[in-house]
Amino acid sequence: MENRDFWLADAPVDLAPLRRRVQHDRAGAFASFEGWVRNHNEGRPVHGLRYESYVALAEAEGAKVVAEARAKFDLCGALCVHRVGDLAIGDMAVWVGVTAAHRGAAFEACRWIIDEIKDRVPIWKHERYADGDAGWLHPDTGRGVDA
Amino acid sequence: MSAVHLLYFASLRDAAGQGGETWTTDAVDLRALYMEVQARHGFALPVERLRVAVDGAFARWTDPVCAGSEIAFIPPVSGG
Repeated sequence: MENRDFWLADAPVDLAPLRRRVQHDRAGAFASFEGWVRNHNEGRPVHGLRYESYVALAEAEGAKVVAEARAKFDLCGALCVHRVGDLAIGDMAVWVGVTAAHRGAAFEACRWIIDEIKDRVPIWKHERYADGDAGWLHPDTGRGVDA
Repeated sequence: MSAVHLLYFASLRDAAGQGGETWTTDAVDLRALYMEVQARHGFALPVERLRVAVDGAFARWTDPVCAGSEIAFIPPVSGG
């Protein structure tokens, strides 16, 4: 079983061990987020997608995100796993799980982690569209320039 | 002149036709290096929309180019 707080998985992920990893006697709240592959993006029908990553940097940056969440919120456990490779509609692309004594910190940290992951971890989505077209998503909302 | 190893991802890899290459340069900093490579491969993304990493850690565009380093140009990310 994985013992890191963030990792990239190249195959579907079993959720039960992830939940066990964040279980804690002090925890009264568990919040999780699953990102799924949807069948459309910006009005275009999507048939499937592929995630590519700069693995070494993504795993280091993802671990930093979870560590920062632990420092920022009063948590019992936190971890995140992100898929890479080919995914079909409905597949789970990312899972975030957070436990805390109370629900407020759990909800907030879960939201914060997925927002940071989307903003700064080097993972890229390549969508295949129903019309045969395909392309990389490079949203202009993320951060650029100097680290 | 310094020889460095460049890594390309996502649309940059498609545009370059390869995931990476060895590059010899006398660029003064990482920004100038990207300009060289951008001109060579016709990358559409301007430097302002990218981040840069050296030897597996995020770096600054004003950092010098060190011989033998592995430099990754990071286009806007779309995980999650």
